Parts: sequence; C-alpha cells; structure tokens
Amino acid sequence: MSDPTTMLLAASAGAPDSSVAWLLQVPLLPLLACLLCGLFRAWGVTSKLPGYTTVLLLAVAFVVTLSGYLSFGGHGAQVVHGFDWLRVSWGDGPGETLSAGFSLYIDSLTWLWMLFVTGLATLIALYSTEYMAEDQKTGGYARYFSFFSLFVFMMSCLVMSDNLLLLYLGWEGVGLCSYLLIGYHYTKPSAVAAAKKAFIVNRVGDLGLALGLMLTFVHFGTLEYREIFARLAEIQAVVEAGGSAPWQVELIPLLLMVGAFGKSAQLPLYVWLPDAMEGPTPVSALIHAATMVTAGVYLVARFLPMFALSPAALGTVAWVGAGTALLAATIGMAQYDIKRVMAYSTVSQLGYMFLGLGVLTATGAAYHVFTHAFFKATLFLACGAVMHGFAGQLDLRRLSGLAKVPGWRVTAVAMLVGCLCLAGFVGTSGFFSKDMILAEAFVTPGPGYRLLGWIGLATAGLTAYYAFRVYFRVFHGPVEFHAGEEHHGDDGHDDHGHGFHPHAPGWAINLVLIALVIGSLAAAAPYFIDKEHHGWVGGLVHSSTAGEIVRASAGHGEAAAHAGEAAAAEHGGFFGDPHRWMFLASSVVGAIGILLAWVIHMTGRVSADRAPIADALKARLRPWSTLAEKKWLVDELYDALIRRPLRLLAHILALIDQALVDGLVDGVGFAPRLFGKSLRPSQNGLLQNYAVGMGGGLVFILLVVWALS
Amino acid sequence: MTALLAQASAFGSVTLYHYLFVSAALFALGVIGFLSRRNLIIMFLCTELMFQGAGLALIAFGRHWMNPTGQVFVIFVLTIAAAEAALALGLVVYLYRRKSTLDAQAWAELAG
Repeated sequence: MSDPTTMLLAASAGAPDSSVAWLLQVPLLPLLACLLCGLFRAWGVTSKLPGYTTVLLLAVAFVVTLSGYLSFGGHGAQVVHGFDWLRVSWGDGPGETLSAGFSLYIDSLTWLWMLFVTGLATLIALYSTEYMAEDQKTGGYARYFSFFSLFVFMMSCLVMSDNLLLLYLGWEGVGLCSYLLIGYHYTKPSAVAAAKKAFIVNRVGDLGLALGLMLTFVHFGTLEYREIFARLAEIQAVVEAGGSAPWQVELIPLLLMVGAFGKSAQLPLYVWLPDAMEGPTPVSALIHAATMVTAGVYLVARFLPMFALSPAALGTVAWVGAGTALLAATIGMAQYDIKRVMAYSTVSQLGYMFLGLGVLTATGAAYHVFTHAFFKATLFLACGAVMHGFAGQLDLRRLSGLAKVPGWRVTAVAMLVGCLCLAGFVGTSGFFSKDMILAEAFVTPGPGYRLLGWIGLATAGLTAYYAFRVYFRVFHGPVEFHAGEEHHGDDGHDDHGHGFHPHAPGWAINLVLIALVIGSLAAAAPYFIDKEHHGWVGGLVHSSTAGEIVRASAGHGEAAAHAGEAAAAEHGGFFGDPHRWMFLASSVVGAIGILLAWVIHMTGRVSADRAPIADALKARLRPWSTLAEKKWLVDELYDALIRRPLRLLAHILALIDQALVDGLVDGVGFAPRLFGKSLRPSQNGLLQNYAVGMGGGLVFILLVVWALS
Repeated sequence: MTALLAQASAFGSVTLYHYLFVSAALFALGVIGFLSRRNLIIMFLCTELMFQGAGLALIAFGRHWMNPTGQVFVIFVLTIAAAEAALALGLVVYLYRRKSTLDAQAWAELAG
C-alpha cells in the first residue's frame, strides 16, 4: 500500500482506505476536544480539566500529523475519503452534480501547514491553561477551550480539505471562532465591537471567496482539487503553446484573492486584525501565528497554479502585499500598546508573504509563514506574560527594565529572540525567509516588482526599528512599572498602589516560551536542509501543487531566478546571485534599524515614559508622527466613507419603510375606522333619536311604497 | 281627510273610515308623545297609545271583513301588553332607583 498511486485510486473510488483513514484523526481530535469542553462547561467543571483535555488531544493530533508526515510525506498527494458530506444532482451530464466529501487532500503543502497549526496550537493551549486560570470559576475556562479546539478543527478542515466547499466551511468556521474568541470578554463593549468588526470585515472578503467558488464550479463543473488541478494543467499546456486562458481562469484568482485579503488582513481589509487583540492574548497568538491569518496565504499558495495563469491577479497580490507591509510597518512604529505593535507587525509580515506569492516564490511565502508562526507566537505569548503579570498593562511608556526584574528572565529572552527573528537579524529564521521573498521580488519580471523589492527592503528596516523599540523600552532602561487596570482577584496582590507586585509567569507559560524560543531559532535550520530547493520548506512546496506548475511556467518566478543564478554562477560574481546580495543588504538594513531603536530609545532615558531623543523626534516629525499614531486615520476614513453612508442609507430606508410601507398598511386599517367614526354620531344614546330614526324610516318606506304603487 | 269625513256623514252612520281615523289619530298622538316627552312613564304610556291605535285598526278591519281573526289578535295583543306593562313599569321603577330621575336622557351613556 505504500505506492501513492494505488492509494490515490482507492481513495478516488470512494472506498475508505484503512491504511490512511487514521489521518482523519487530525481534524477529528480537535473536534472531540471541542465537544468535551462543551460538556465540561455544561457540567460546571471548575478545575483545569478542560484545559488539559484540550492540550492532550491537540498534542495527539500533532503526533498523528507528525507520524503521518513521516510515513507519507514524500509520497505525493493523498486523498483520504471520510464520508460524503453533500451530493446534489440535477442531471447526468458533467457539471450537473455538486458533490463535496469530508475528504482530506494531503500533499506536502498540507503537511507543512498542519505541522505548525497543530504544533503551535498545542503549545498555545498549554500556555492558556495558566493564562486563563482566573476564569475557571465562572465557567469561561471550559468555554474558552471549547472555542479554541473548534478553531483548530475549522483550521484543519480549511487546510486539509480536498474540495473548495469543505475549505469554505473551514473558512467560515475560523471566522466564527475568531468572532467567539475575540469577543470572549463579552461584557466588555470594546471586545464586542472588535469581534463584530472582525466578523463583518471578514464577510466582505468571504463574498469574494464565495463568488470565486461558484465561478469555479460553473467553469470546471467540480469543486475537487484533483480535477481542478488536472484541468489547470491542460490550460497551462494550451497557454504554453501560445493560446490564452479562458476569462474565467483569469477572474477566479481575483475573486479568491479578495477572500484571502480579508482573512489574511491585507489592504484594504486589514483593519480587523489590530482590533482583534481585544480577545485574550493566547487567542491573538493563535490567530496571528497558527490559524486564521495564514489561511489566506494558504489559499493563494494552494491555487498558485491558477494565479500563475492570471498576471493581473499576481500583480495585484504582489502590490497589495508590499503596500500592506509598508503601511502596517509605519503604523506599528508609532503605537504605544505593545500588543498593537505586534498586531501591526503581523499585518506587515503577511504583506511580505503576499508579496512572495505575487512574485511566485511560494517557497519564500510558505517559509515565511512557517518562521513567522513561531516567532509571532513567541512575541505574543511574551506580551501576554507581561500583560498577565502587570494586570493588563501594555503601554510601553508605563513599563521599563523588565529584564532586570526577578522572574522575568525567560520572558525577556523570548521577547529578544522574537524581536530578532521579526527584525530579520542575521542568522535568525526570519532573516532567511524574508530574504528569500525580497530577493525573488528583485529578480522576477513583473509590473514594478523591482520597486516592490525596494519597498520590502525599506519595510525590513522599519520592522527592525519598531520591534526593538518595544524590546528596549519594555525590557531595558531603568526598572519601573505601573500596574494596569485589570483586577486579577487571585492570590493576594490586589493592591494596585505601592504594594503592587507583578506576578511572574508560572511553569506552563515559561515552558511554552522556552519551547517557542527554541522553535523560533530552530526554524532557521530547515533552510540548510535540502539545499537544492532552498530548504526543507522549499522541498515541500516543490512537491506540492504549488511547485509543479511554477516549475512548469517558464519565464516566471523561481524558474527565472534559477536561470539568473546559473548565469551569475557562470560569471562568478558574488552580487550576481540575488540571494547573496539580499543577505548582505537586509543584514545591513536590519542592523541599522536595531541601532536606530537603541539610539532613539535608550540614549539619556531616565524613566519609563521619557526617552529624550524619541520625544524630540516625535515633536519634530509632527504631523506625520501623530498621523501614524492614529493609524493614518484609516478607521476614520472607513467610518466616513463606508459606515456613515451605509447608516444614512439605512436611515433613509427606514424612513421609506415607515412612511410608505407602514403608511399603506396603516391606511388599509384606517379606512374602516374612518367609516365607523362617521357613523358614530347617529348612535348618541338618546331614545327619542332612535325613535325618530325608526319613524323616519317607516315614513320613507311608506313613501316609497306609495310612489311605486 | 275631509273627503273621508264627508263620505262618513253621507252614509249617516259610523263607517270603517271613522275607526281608521281614530286609530291613526291615536297612533299619531302616541308617536308625537313618544318623541317629544322625556319622562320614561309618559313615553311608556305613549307606546301604549300607539298599541291601542294599531289594535283599533285591527278590530275595525276585522269587523269590516267579518273576520274574527282581527279581534282574536287584539285580545292576544292586550294580554301581552298587560304583561309587558308590568315588566316595563318594573324596569322604570328600577331605573328610577338607580338615577333618581325619570329622564330618558340620563341613560344616554350607551352612545356609540
């Protein structure tokens, strides 16, 4: 059964293949955890049982994924058929049956994603067991872990699905779970607003995905990946022979792209992600690192063969990615809330990934997703530890020198490593993955891609600056801290005044931070494995659907890059190889950024909120610094351009409803009332009046009779 | 009207028309009384007057056509009128007790 084609055939025949069926556990274990935690909530369990159950089941899911990868990783695509989920037929012809199974399409791209999704989710869940401990008594603990597991289940549906419909289920599912978890503190208006914002902005993107899905079905007559990719290969051959792709194939990527932009927080739909930190910090880590935001990157990477056929979509993806990277970095530079800085850094790094996809280096994008997942989880969980220990304090002007406070060493180291990776410091994982994208941007032919490379390089400098701005401000300088406003009513330190003692992270948080630090550093290692494909991740991408078509599309992306490399190697020039050149350039840029952060924020610093050079610089750069601090007024712009007109329209429609529709209905009811009102005076209760009526009537009848006779 | 009276005198005896005239007069008096007075008892008496007017007409026609049905009918009417009078006067007494007045206007609160 080790022959992949046999398995593929067996699976396509619909017979559950027992040798691969156990892979279904990967999505089903988180679902089981979700259901169990829901039951624990119903039974009113107040211990840490829900947390440990979730950690255990997710860990098992990770082990299953890992062993699955080790057994089948090199075997090409597998289809594991679960059950027929949906089958609607309205004819016998092709394209007249809509069928979608709960089936898994597993190739190396899926393995890559599932490894870090389940792995990081397990670690973040373990972290949450301690972080969420205060909610044990209210029952929020079990609810939290139930949603958490559901999130992982939905993400695995999204990533492992073998058809677009199951992907859509997962897509909407992660949207729902993000709503539930961002709005976890549902009594807090800002959390509810952020949850709604995330959900609604995502809906805008989802519309694009839904339309893309429908058009895919209309054009290809199926939603299954294997058939779509087979058809794409045919179209690819036609294009290479000088033909042109059908307009649908050019349009579908543009629609899918809109969905990806919504889910992965790209311009213009990125506004939900920074607000999403209203949820508990581990949720932010989960959304930013493992689930949700990488879904858009996955979608584009999965359908890269189709994107490769649509130059318009590729160009848009690249430009939007670079634009988002730069914009988010400039906003991140001016924020004071450390979690918010991290949120904008995610938006910015996602921009890099889309830039990578746009310039057809799926390897670079996937590798950046992989390294980013580790270091962003590290950064967020370190921020979470600070927030947890200092009663919700996140303002970098109110915290200083934490590295010197006893008990915070692990957090400081984690933050340092995370920031180094984020800044792309030489030798860290972020360094290799970012450079791969930037180098490709410089060498790939495309509309202004060289400019995008420069933008990306500049953004790398900004990234280094804002990452270390946070690190230097919070962990270095004079020791000073002020508690936040959140009251953690546990063991005794309830006094927020002089008697405030930060409570240093416990074993679970420290363990997870250490694991993630190791992970972030070790994520650089895959770069050196499998040199031929630019690292282990490159190998995985090359053997997936994304790799094959890219390899086939001559004159594009990596193929061209390799040609360039070969030419450079012939001439023997060191700067001829874009990757070597980029290593040097980005090391310099990153180092400058870090140095600037040191100079600006550490020189003459006397207290947490006073850094003379930074303050002077901020005053000097007004109004730009203020604008960046206010996020370039994008939220206000959306408010003015979209929310207010919509609200106005709603008011107008309400008026029309009240005046016209209600008026009509009320009018129908009013007519009998008016008739009754006009008759009412005749019934005045006077006996004589009635008698006159009677007599008059009698006379009238008599007169009529007389007149007729 | 004068033609009718002339006809009656021409025959020199009391004819059907005389009875009908008296009957109509009684009925008209009853109607006028009922409409113009607001005292419940007077109004009730006026309805009795209208009754008698109608009864007289019935008897006169019965005699004219030599058919006893009219007379029998009137006897019935009288009987029922007697019972009804007892009932109506009882009601009037009751109404008087409620409002200490016999004015029909006092009971105009059933206006629509």
